[in-house]
Amino acid sequence: MFINFFFDLKQASLPVSLKEYLMLMEAMNKRVVDSFNVNDFYYLSRSALVKDERYLDKFDRVFGHSFKGLENSEGGTEKEIPEEWLKLMGQKYLTDEEKKMVESLGGWEKLMETLKQRLEEQKKRHQGGSKWIGTGGTSPFGAYGYNPEGIRIGQKESRNKKAVKVWDKREFSNLDGDVELGTRNIKVALRRLRKFAREGVESELDLDNTIKSTAHKGYIDVKMMPERRNKIKVLLFFDVGGSMDAHVKICEELFSAARTEFKHMEYFYYHNCLYDAVWKDNKRRYNENIKTWDLLHKYPSDYKVIFVGDAEMSPYEITYPGGSVEFWNEESGETWLTRLLNVYENAIWFNPIPERYWDRISSASIIKQIFSDRMFPLTIEGIDQAMRELNK
Amino acid sequence: MKFEGTSSYIATEDLKVAVNAAITLERPIIVKGEPGTGKTMLAHEVAQSLGAEIITWHIKSTTKAQQGLYEYDAVTRLRDSQLGDEKVKDIKNYISKGKLWNAFESNKRPVLLIDEIDKADIEFPNDLLLELDKMEFFVYETGETIKAENRPIVIITSNNEKELPDAFLRRCFFHYIKFPDPETMEEIVNVHYPEIKKDLIQEAFKIFYDIREVPGIKKKPSTSELIDWLKLLMTDDVDAKILREKDPKKLIPPLHGALLKNEQDVHLFERLAFISRRENENLE
Repeated sequence: MFINFFFDLKQASLPVSLKEYLMLMEAMNKRVVDSFNVNDFYYLSRSALVKDERYLDKFDRVFGHSFKGLENSEGGTEKEIPEEWLKLMGQKYLTDEEKKMVESLGGWEKLMETLKQRLEEQKKRHQGGSKWIGTGGTSPFGAYGYNPEGIRIGQKESRNKKAVKVWDKREFSNLDGDVELGTRNIKVALRRLRKFAREGVESELDLDNTIKSTAHKGYIDVKMMPERRNKIKVLLFFDVGGSMDAHVKICEELFSAARTEFKHMEYFYYHNCLYDAVWKDNKRRYNENIKTWDLLHKYPSDYKVIFVGDAEMSPYEITYPGGSVEFWNEESGETWLTRLLNVYENAIWFNPIPERYWDRISSASIIKQIFSDRMFPLTIEGIDQAMRELNK
Repeated sequence: MKFEGTSSYIATEDLKVAVNAAITLERPIIVKGEPGTGKTMLAHEVAQSLGAEIITWHIKSTTKAQQGLYEYDAVTRLRDSQLGDEKVKDIKNYISKGKLWNAFESNKRPVLLIDEIDKADIEFPNDLLLELDKMEFFVYETGETIKAENRPIVIITSNNEKELPDAFLRRCFFHYIKFPDPETMEEIVNVHYPEIKKDLIQEAFKIFYDIREVPGIKKKPSTSELIDWLKLLMTDDVDAKILREKDPKKLIPPLHGALLKNEQDVHLFERLAFISRRENENLE
């Protein structure tokens, strides 16, 4: 009977497996919870099927969708958007004309129906574009909150019969994997890029070798070996100034996470695109810069390269010599980037701008092309994918 | 066997369901949550409420899965053999049992706490897959199989420093301890300090949840910090009136060191207090 629910979860790309489903069935069979209580079933299925708090919110939404109308009819209170809030909003933002226009759209009933539909759609789609409700008030429906009776969202039927649906509260919404990240999360994501090797001082006993050598020589011959260390080497390039000012915080976070995670890490700054020089200190960028040629020669090709930048500039800044906004560049940014990519096989570009806008920024498309599609958004998922790519 | 919470530990409904599912199905349960929400406490409380023995295995970055099963001290044996020690004839003398072995041997069903599993190497959970699934393992040196007589209740905590492998997760129940709402928090505080004054709690809670809401704060104070802070307030006999103080000059709560553990957070808070003071002055 819960097969559909299971497939709904799969469809919503939650990582559930048959094993977990069987585990849930077993638990139901053994009467871990009273099977007539939906709340308990919700807790049990959540515990058995969701293994990462990132997915809790998604799970709640699917659960709400799959078991609509099944919830317990006893006890609890209702959860609704406060009436006053909507009223105030309406009074604030709707002019009399607009209110009239709303009436002409078919009255409140119809409007609410549409709103409800939108909301459902929005839940399913999970990440809203500009059309949906709640995106910074740009959607027309945000403003239609003007309604003397208030709109109940997340409730379909009449007011007094319903209990609170725990999953409708969506308490875990800020743990979703697509949200912005803190350094801790970034570190976790960056850890994917670890590669251990034994290097340096011989400080551990090499048991196998000792035994072998002892047997061979006839007396105890202790052999040592170096400790395992993370030997990944990284070059980080940060775009600074101009349009990047808006993304300073996330770049700082990435930087601090990367610094603790990678022992061999070098960082450099550039502006908009890579040209013949980069620098390590923004205050002295004109006096103490590093020639890109020197950089390419200094760091061997087993370094992994990470670019961070919004890639938002005039296309000329990439494709034409002299295109830079700051100085006369003899060779185009594209030439320099290609040169770098020829040396370092493993390179990716992080873009703090959400992925859906990339296509509309022509310079971002060009860079993405130069990087053969290895451009990733600065989200947990993005970093995760990028690290897999770098590990190839 | 059913876990219902104890007089010293408030378990929410969903936590009870998850723990009981793990007990009934004899599968491990993974507990995650913000630091200080009582993950490690849970195992102790489950043991206490079921009257079971608790075996704790604290994981460090250097911990290997094998250490939980047993360790064979080959070097000592090698040395003994050169000295002609009698002990050397029985290999069992050189095998020391790990926590898992202890748990499997127990003649009453114990609670096994594997604390902070994310501290270990990424492969650590994978190395324990079979052992936790079948609750048995093989000792190569002696050729015996150790099988659990009573499958222990395994509680695993994680602070999310590393992702756990899917295959491992699939075999476990999972619970995320969310930050308690004010009502649950009041119960928790009452359990710890039954004699605390009602008005002090109210004011302290307001400040506590306000601090948690401050945008940009780096380390949000958690339950254990609140408990510590309340204890300080009680020992210093701070009056609820002082907490209620709306005088903007004293906006920073007394003994805030217990709540804000980060220099930047204290600065941020001071700055906010300063701004609100200035605004108040402008109003006057």
